[in-house]
Amino acid sequence: MALSNEIIRHKLTEKFGDQLYDWSEPYGMLTFTSDKDLNLKVLQYLFDEPSLGFQFLTDLCAVHYPNNEGKELAVVYHLHNLRENVRIRYKIFTDIKKPDVFSAYALYSAANWMERETYDFFGVNFVGHPNLKRILNIEEMEYFPLRKEYPLEDQKRTDKDDEMFGRI
Amino acid sequence: MSEHVTLPDGHIEKQTTTINLGPTHPATHGVFQNVIELDGETIVSAEQTVGYIHRAFEKIAEYRTPYQITTLTDRLNYCSAPLNNFGWHITCERLLGIKIPKRVDYLRIIIMELSRISDHLICNSIVGVDSGAFSGFLYLMQYRELIYEIYEEICGSRLTTNMGRIGGFERNFTNQAFEKLERFIKEWPPVLDEFDNLFIRNRIFIDRTKGVGPISAERALNYGFTGPNLRAAGVDYDVRVHTPYSSYEDFDFTIPVGTTGDCYDRFLVRDQEMRQSMEIIKQAYQKVQEFKGAEAEVFHADVPDFYLPDKKDVYTKMEALIYHFKIIMGETKLPAGEIYSAIEGANGELGFYLITDGGRSPYRLHFRRPCFIYYQAYSELTKGGLLSDAIITMSSLNLIAGELDA
Repeated sequence: MALSNEIIRHKLTEKFGDQLYDWSEPYGMLTFTSDKDLNLKVLQYLFDEPSLGFQFLTDLCAVHYPNNEGKELAVVYHLHNLRENVRIRYKIFTDIKKPDVFSAYALYSAANWMERETYDFFGVNFVGHPNLKRILNIEEMEYFPLRKEYPLEDQKRTDKDDEMFGRI
Repeated sequence: MSEHVTLPDGHIEKQTTTINLGPTHPATHGVFQNVIELDGETIVSAEQTVGYIHRAFEKIAEYRTPYQITTLTDRLNYCSAPLNNFGWHITCERLLGIKIPKRVDYLRIIIMELSRISDHLICNSIVGVDSGAFSGFLYLMQYRELIYEIYEEICGSRLTTNMGRIGGFERNFTNQAFEKLERFIKEWPPVLDEFDNLFIRNRIFIDRTKGVGPISAERALNYGFTGPNLRAAGVDYDVRVHTPYSSYEDFDFTIPVGTTGDCYDRFLVRDQEMRQSMEIIKQAYQKVQEFKGAEAEVFHADVPDFYLPDKKDVYTKMEALIYHFKIIMGETKLPAGEIYSAIEGANGELGFYLITDGGRSPYRLHFRRPCFIYYQAYSELTKGGLLSDAIITMSSLNLIAGELDA
């Protein structure tokens, strides 16, 4: 029997009840949300439960919603069941002042760099990550550049000495 | 270099040497660094540093309109830029719900498979170079040149192509483009056969690559491997078959898989994929030729909001002028939505996670770059091996610095 979104939703609701919410299916991909403390339990269940088998972490990234008071940062997991070829999207939201989220590294080795990248750009602190440091930006950087409060540099700014970069 | 130390009698201290491969080293073929700790010639640990050419594409994309983002995608995997371009266009088309004419799909497939060939031929011939066989590289390079000439006929540029638009191509393929394609179809297969003769049953090459840098299917999946590197480990996952896009379902081809996931298997899988791509190109070219009359002239879908009108029309027709102005000034808004769309890039699943809030540019755009994800397995792949094996492993993974850093 093919694994459909209804079956996945039914299975997950059976296990977690109301702890999973905001169900939707944008462009056919089942999307749901839970509290951030629950993320490892949900991921582990999706991984271990034989009838679900979401064992492939396609993508992990964060999104910043500055107006979403108390839930500014979203961490988005894209999971794939390769056998049935079904993808789902799982989100958790965290407070930007205390962005602690459990690391999925023990479950997926792939999460190692993906979480480092997410930390690098959004400052999500992955608790339990073995080596959480910046990966693409320089280590001395003091801010998290993909957050919405940092706009692109104004192309017309004059207070900077750009002589060495050919932009005088 | 480790210093000379006088050890007390009867005491042997283990000494290791740390060397840097990169950031600019001929063996890395790109700007990234490996800090390798060696015990004699055996690798104890390898730590990677990436980010030397990070260009903040995800940030820049939040300030650009869709057609301006195409130029950013060029610079991800610059060995197969059209694949990235079309991946982005397909993402936008899915978001907007645009139906693409069959002829455009087939033309796209021709270009996508050509760029897959151009990417794989670079990777395989570089594996040859790193194992000491230089001539195969020069031989295949001639045909990458021919592929680039085909690009040039279609869009005017060669490496960072910025090819196509949302909805199709900027102009129809010229006759010269088709002539060059025919030449490629005719001349390339025997060249590839000859290249295979140099390598596949070559004892020296087999000794250098077999059993080097292997990975099991289970570990590869856990590491998020996709593309030829995953298939070399024995998992037949291919986005073209699993989630067909651009009418791949109309074509007849097979997915080559390996067994051990070592350098030799990766070489063979890429080699066979080039042959399968050739089959797809032949089928697609035949299908393109079957279009008759007005259908044979179709090269884009009818999406005036996103497809730039013909320049001649802009000067003579009011409506075309308005659309032209709106697109160039970025006045066309994207519908609010959230979509993850993936294509089979040359290195694996190239995904675009796009969130729009109804504005003119994406609210958030995340690139799933296959290189970035599988490069983290490098230290596990090379541990306990020799330094020279580590270099072959690096080139057979086909690491592209542009795709690592985004």
